[in-house]
Amino acid sequence: MVLAMVVCANTGDLLLKRGMSSIGAVEFTAEGLSHAFRLTIFNPTIWMAIFFLLGFMICYMTVLSWADYSYVMPAGAFGYAVLTVCAVAFLHESVSIRRWVGVLIICVGVMLVGQTKPRTTEVPASQKVAA
Amino acid sequence: MIGTFLLLAFFLVATASGEIAMTYGMKATGEPARLRPKEILQFLGRAVRNGWFWVGVPLMAASFYALLILLSWQPISFVIPASALSNVVGTLGAKYILREEVNAARWAGVVLVCIGVALVSLDSIPAR
Repeated sequence: MVLAMVVCANTGDLLLKRGMSSIGAVEFTAEGLSHAFRLTIFNPTIWMAIFFLLGFMICYMTVLSWADYSYVMPAGAFGYAVLTVCAVAFLHESVSIRRWVGVLIICVGVMLVGQTKPRTTEVPASQKVAA
Repeated sequence: MIGTFLLLAFFLVATASGEIAMTYGMKATGEPARLRPKEILQFLGRAVRNGWFWVGVPLMAASFYALLILLSWQPISFVIPASALSNVVGTLGAKYILREEVNAARWAGVVLVCIGVALVSLDSIPAR
């Protein structure tokens, strides 16, 4: 579920970036904003981005319903590593040593957090029945 | 500069408190029985009727807009690494408000993630 959360967030962000790039720079005037709003409403890439970001929100809420916040939060940073690997594998971008070191440190951090118990708080009896 | 640090403090507190409220609401809602569409939809229906969900959403929106304002005030090379501190503030909130058990391994992981995010973000800044 955490992996689905990370994939949905990254895919949504990438699609949003692609959609907004196709619209172009938004002018910060009433006319510019309303024009940009109309363009975003009819842009299928933006709708796909919203779909994935909605998926992220649902995964995030579901994960938080059983796992610790202090467990989910750092695990979400794993997205930076996924994004970097995707950038190299699919976009053939060159990645600096500093960025790889950052990715490695994130992975070690996520692994450390991953070894701890996902849930350390008690489940009230009423919730057990509801679930 | 005082304004920047005040807004940064607001951003860190709004991010952590929004997500803590969301966590509190989701824990109170109770997890879905199974990860099937019907059960997840029922879970979402229960979640949006929980008051803490509606406390969390505006706080998360406020943190997003605070980040946007910070980005307009200061260079991204300051804002993004500083915003990674939200992991530390969030973990403190998880420990003292949500009463989660944050042991040494989890703290070490959170600190490493903060450093890693700062390194990755710094490298994403386009050269001027």
